[in-house]
Amino acid sequence: MEAVLQYIANGLMVGGVYALIALGIVLIYKSTGVFNFAIGQMMMFGAFFFWMSTDRFGLPIWVSLLLSLAGSVVVALLIDRFTMRPLIGQPVLSSVLVTLALVYFLNGVAIGIWGAYQYKLAEFLPGAPVSIGGVVFSHDLLWSFFLAMALFVLLYLFYQRTRMGLAMRATAESHQIAQARGINVRTIFSLSWALCGLIAAVCGMLLAYRLGVSQFLSLVGLKAFPAVLFGGLDSIGGALIGGLTVGLLENLAGGLIAPWLMEITPYIILLLVLILRPEGLFGLKRIERI
Amino acid sequence: MAVARPCGTYDESYSQDMAIVRTRLQWILLIAGLVFLFSLPLFLPGRWLNLLNLIGISLIAVHGLNILTGYCGQISLGQAAFMAVGAYTSGVLTAKLGFSFWAALPCAALSAGIIGLIFGLPSLRVKGFYLAMATLAAQFIIPALIAHPLEGITNGVRSLVVPVPKIGETAFSSPQSMFGIIMPIAVLMTFFAKNLVRTGVGRAFIAIRDNDLAAEVQGVNVFGYKLLAFFICSVYAGVAGCLWAHWMRAINPDHFTLMDSIWYVGMMIVGGMGSTAGAVFGVAFLRVLDELTKELVMWLSGIFVAWGAFLQAALGPIVYGLVIILFIIFEPRGLAHRWEVFKASYRLRPFAY
Repeated sequence: MEAVLQYIANGLMVGGVYALIALGIVLIYKSTGVFNFAIGQMMMFGAFFFWMSTDRFGLPIWVSLLLSLAGSVVVALLIDRFTMRPLIGQPVLSSVLVTLALVYFLNGVAIGIWGAYQYKLAEFLPGAPVSIGGVVFSHDLLWSFFLAMALFVLLYLFYQRTRMGLAMRATAESHQIAQARGINVRTIFSLSWALCGLIAAVCGMLLAYRLGVSQFLSLVGLKAFPAVLFGGLDSIGGALIGGLTVGLLENLAGGLIAPWLMEITPYIILLLVLILRPEGLFGLKRIERI
Repeated sequence: MAVARPCGTYDESYSQDMAIVRTRLQWILLIAGLVFLFSLPLFLPGRWLNLLNLIGISLIAVHGLNILTGYCGQISLGQAAFMAVGAYTSGVLTAKLGFSFWAALPCAALSAGIIGLIFGLPSLRVKGFYLAMATLAAQFIIPALIAHPLEGITNGVRSLVVPVPKIGETAFSSPQSMFGIIMPIAVLMTFFAKNLVRTGVGRAFIAIRDNDLAAEVQGVNVFGYKLLAFFICSVYAGVAGCLWAHWMRAINPDHFTLMDSIWYVGMMIVGGMGSTAGAVFGVAFLRVLDELTKELVMWLSGIFVAWGAFLQAALGPIVYGLVIILFIIFEPRGLAHRWEVFKASYRLRPFAY
């Protein structure tokens, strides 16, 4: 029984990070209609920036944190400016395929700069593992869970309460109408990518604390795709529920049935969701008219 | 597509109208090209023959993908996984059950086709991007199944060794002899792909790609044809996988990753979606480019010795990613379109229009 509780706890904690990655994908999808396959690589870059400034340059944690966030935003803006903007007006599929090509490109750049090694981050999160009734919560997972939740709340407020958030929601609704109302759609696109870069950097650093900084970090991004589809591609709340569910189910299946199931449970969920409820739990159902 | 024909070239019968190879010059070029292709093993060194073999195998996989994505409009990110099904079917049949290569080849094609059909089922309800995600699921689930629950028969992550194909006593073990198996199959499957898209089935595919609602109104059984497209695509993947297995002679789930699937999609984009000739151009272009990158790395690592170890691992993906991004931005219709433009201007020479 305790084992089951432990799996549930781990699953929910890891699920928090998945949810955050999923949120990064949803943000871009909502305003631009592009599904960002390269978010795992963006996470990897954030983690590498952080490692560079703490380990190589020996800067304090909070400076490195800001540097990593800034670097990640710059990468995201470069992606937006040089690959996404020329494709405005083209079929959305082209942009999606570009993000697939970016997966290759960014991997190559990362190997070229940092090599194919695995680096370990210094201990930067304060605290020690907590045990509640026999269930152990490791402190890094707790940190990432609560940071993820805090970011979620912040972004939700940003979307609902600020003028910029309103403009982004309007752009998601219709590019043309938003433009007619005087919203600069290009700025919105850049802003969505910048936000995605921020989120990716945070996720990258949190995950790197557990997994070390290496190419493998980008593979975690793949776990977020099922989470996004589970909740619905255009739903912020859905990303949260989807991330938690995927984390929970993969830990339960991996722990109780067979370890190898952990890797593919998210995709089995994905297939089931696609067959049973393609628009996701909270997604907008599209009705096609001729 | 209506093609501007030079003055004096016109059809006198239906058979002429339907012919793929129309003029005497085309026949001469085709036959000369085939003779040249099949005489290559006589003088090319093994390394370049292996490259040609790889091109042949990738070509089959990309033709399948092109039928599904380029003609029927259903995106697949799981081509490598369907290749894995073909590779392991034929690998297990030949290595464990003693089948000959020639009997295993159709079995591999069929099993891959059936698995492809299963993962095509979500196309009943979803399309476009969502369907791509379903095939992405296939890309993760199939190799994991091969590596773990089926470990007893597939050897899991410890490679499965596949025997050499044989006819009687002749073993096909050298690159030259494998060329003799791979290239004829690749040529035949190219011909089949080219012909398929001109038939009623191919036209139904194109109708579904252009507008599935309109196609349904016209009486096209959309779901049936989508499944058929998945089946054909996976059969191609199965054949490619089977050839891959007997060419590499050892297969591992790691040979068939998401990255490989993206490679095939990239080849299709560079060549030009919805064009059989485009598939050939795309595969040849990217595979040769990859080989040239390797040459460049050899040369560069002599200069930057300290950096040498990662140069190959870094430069390959960078070049590949960049080429695809540039093609999507600057020539989304691919090399095939450039070829059409060239042909049109050649026909009309010396006039500009």
